[in-house]
Amino acid sequence: MIEFKSVEKSYGAASAISNLSLSIPSGKVTALIGPSGCGKSTLLRLILGLIEPTSGEVVVDGHPVNRDSAQAIRRKSGYVIQDGGLFPHLTTAQNIELMGKHLDRAVDINKLTQLAHFPNDALGRFPGELSGGQKQRVGLMRALALDPSLLLLDEPLGALDPLVRSSLQKDLKQIFGEIGQTVVLVTHDMAEAAYLADLIVLLRAGKVVQVGTLEDFQKRPAEPFVTEFLNAQRQMVTL
Amino acid sequence: MRKVYALLILMSMVLGQVALAQTVVVGSKKFTESYVLGEIAKQVLTDAGLKVEHKKGMGATGIVWTALKDGGITLYPEYTGTVSEEILKQPGIDRPTMEKELAKDGVGMSPDLGFNDAYGLVMTKSQATKLGIVKISDLKVHPELTAGITPELLKRKDGWGPLTAKYGLKLKDVRGIDHALGYAALFAGQVDIKDCYTTDAEIKKYDLVVLQDDLHFFPLYRAVFLYRLNAPPQAIKAIASLAGKIDEAHMIAMNAVGGESADYAKAASLFFAKPNQKSVPSVAEESLVAQTIRLTEKHLELVGISLLLAILVGIPLGIVASKPGALSSVVLGTAGVIQTIPSLALLSLLVPIAFFGISERTAIAALFLYSLLPIVRNTAVGISTIPAGLKESAEALGLEPSARLRKIYLPMALPTILAGIKTSAVINVGTATLAALIGAGGLGEPIVSGLSINNNQIILQGAIPAAVLAILVQLAFDGIDRLLVPRGLRAK
Repeated sequence: MIEFKSVEKSYGAASAISNLSLSIPSGKVTALIGPSGCGKSTLLRLILGLIEPTSGEVVVDGHPVNRDSAQAIRRKSGYVIQDGGLFPHLTTAQNIELMGKHLDRAVDINKLTQLAHFPNDALGRFPGELSGGQKQRVGLMRALALDPSLLLLDEPLGALDPLVRSSLQKDLKQIFGEIGQTVVLVTHDMAEAAYLADLIVLLRAGKVVQVGTLEDFQKRPAEPFVTEFLNAQRQMVTL
Repeated sequence: MRKVYALLILMSMVLGQVALAQTVVVGSKKFTESYVLGEIAKQVLTDAGLKVEHKKGMGATGIVWTALKDGGITLYPEYTGTVSEEILKQPGIDRPTMEKELAKDGVGMSPDLGFNDAYGLVMTKSQATKLGIVKISDLKVHPELTAGITPELLKRKDGWGPLTAKYGLKLKDVRGIDHALGYAALFAGQVDIKDCYTTDAEIKKYDLVVLQDDLHFFPLYRAVFLYRLNAPPQAIKAIASLAGKIDEAHMIAMNAVGGESADYAKAASLFFAKPNQKSVPSVAEESLVAQTIRLTEKHLELVGISLLLAILVGIPLGIVASKPGALSSVVLGTAGVIQTIPSLALLSLLVPIAFFGISERTAIAALFLYSLLPIVRNTAVGISTIPAGLKESAEALGLEPSARLRKIYLPMALPTILAGIKTSAVINVGTATLAALIGAGGLGEPIVSGLSINNNQIILQGAIPAAVLAILVQLAFDGIDRLLVPRGLRAK
């Protein structure tokens, strides 16, 4: 379980997160959604201790996130960013095995390629030689390499074309079902959030607007912004 | 990264092997006569069964004297006038006093070699005749004449300043110019008057007249050898055997051969070619190929050691400078400032420091300092331009800061760092030619000698191999680049 307790994060005068409290349940897929700049990626960084809150506290599985605990939390987590975050000087296999080698722990690469539907013969390729969808699959394999108890995905499908995106969405759904761990997914696409997540958190300007399922949002909007956001998404879909 | 270190260590082993056998080291100043006398000493000492090295053209009096005092060289040819006026700074003292004073520094003086090489002023015969000038006092009424004076004489205690004071000369245009280049300038009419040594071969060659020193300003400059009192006794004995053996005519003839051919061993052999002497010993001759190989090896040694040090120091400094902040500005700023110090100035700043002096160490230290900036800057840029997303990914994976640096940042910055090292290496090969100015050898040796006697052919003997070497170094680094940089980082 991840808990945000009255978390405030500001950069100078600008506030990215303001007095935010939120619980993310264990073993479920939670989607953080909202317009650009709403603070959804900032929440992921706070969980990993990549940035520190200005005030308030983030607690992961009972441990407050701080300088001392961050390393342990990171090593129990997998993190995937938009373009995969792969290191260009390492091959696909080297990227996946990086942490395993560093910590002297075995990585079952065959299991990962099967899980992520990645061709084994492409493991020797460098990131620059992979397609956008393949990079995401490698990023995912790297994140899952050491069986993390927490998986954080920051707009993993944001930069992909619709066909690749749809195929990866199906694969992700399947993977989330198989591993059954806590997943936090950042997206700006309500259809994707509804398809992949058990719980959706709608954010605006660093604040939580509503927590629930798509049905909750449709039938019991907490404020007019929820309906507005859904309508904007629907218009795009009916194009 | 391990591959890089292995390569660097290998490089240092190949380049760093400096032979340090105990030898008698003959020094000489940067002009033909000093070279020739140095060669004569080398021959005599070799014949006496000693292992001899001749450090040619180390520079002006101060440099050679310091080297003698500090034990960098064992002996070198000097003139009594220079000893009293410049070294001891006690004008007019007699010979026994000189010997007593020199002994305080552990230095002895050989008997006279047999000739006097005084300073003098020369003009072309045609102009002297036209203006009716025969003695230095005659210059008083010609303030319009220009003078090209050796920088050393311009600054000496017994030099240009006191001379003009004594004679009441008021020349308006006086320039400092290298001794050998000065003759060319005089012959070309760019200057009217220049200083000379009265045994200079150019006096005959360019048809010049030495102006009479009618007020007896210049002291006697009897040629002698100064040696370390702790030199091997057979060396001191061998040098003493030269007493009275070389007269002025002889010296002028040898200077002429030395100046023409730049083969000082050949010039020195004239001394030994007297009756009852056998033909020239073969050790004197060194083929151009052998010389080039020897000098290139020395050059690579200087470049290799200094570059290796610059890599070992520069990369850590670059890592420090890759984090924006005050420290980064200080590191990059300092490296940048060092780069702007003229190389000659840097050398002369280092020479007075006891640890350095006239040695390879000075040359290596200077080259090291010049090599730093490109390596520091490229390391800093290579690391700081890694995309933020990748830096964050490395951190989010749970790599410790040191592991991030080792496994991610440095390998990703490798192409940029290698480019910096390559730049340093190529600059270094060029700058290392200056090492010859302080007797550290290398391909600068023919360049400096050639400059000092105004001989382009000899300059090219150093300049061409140095240029070729720079190109080869560049190609070698292109190869290293291909070897070390993974396919994933090469330009797509």
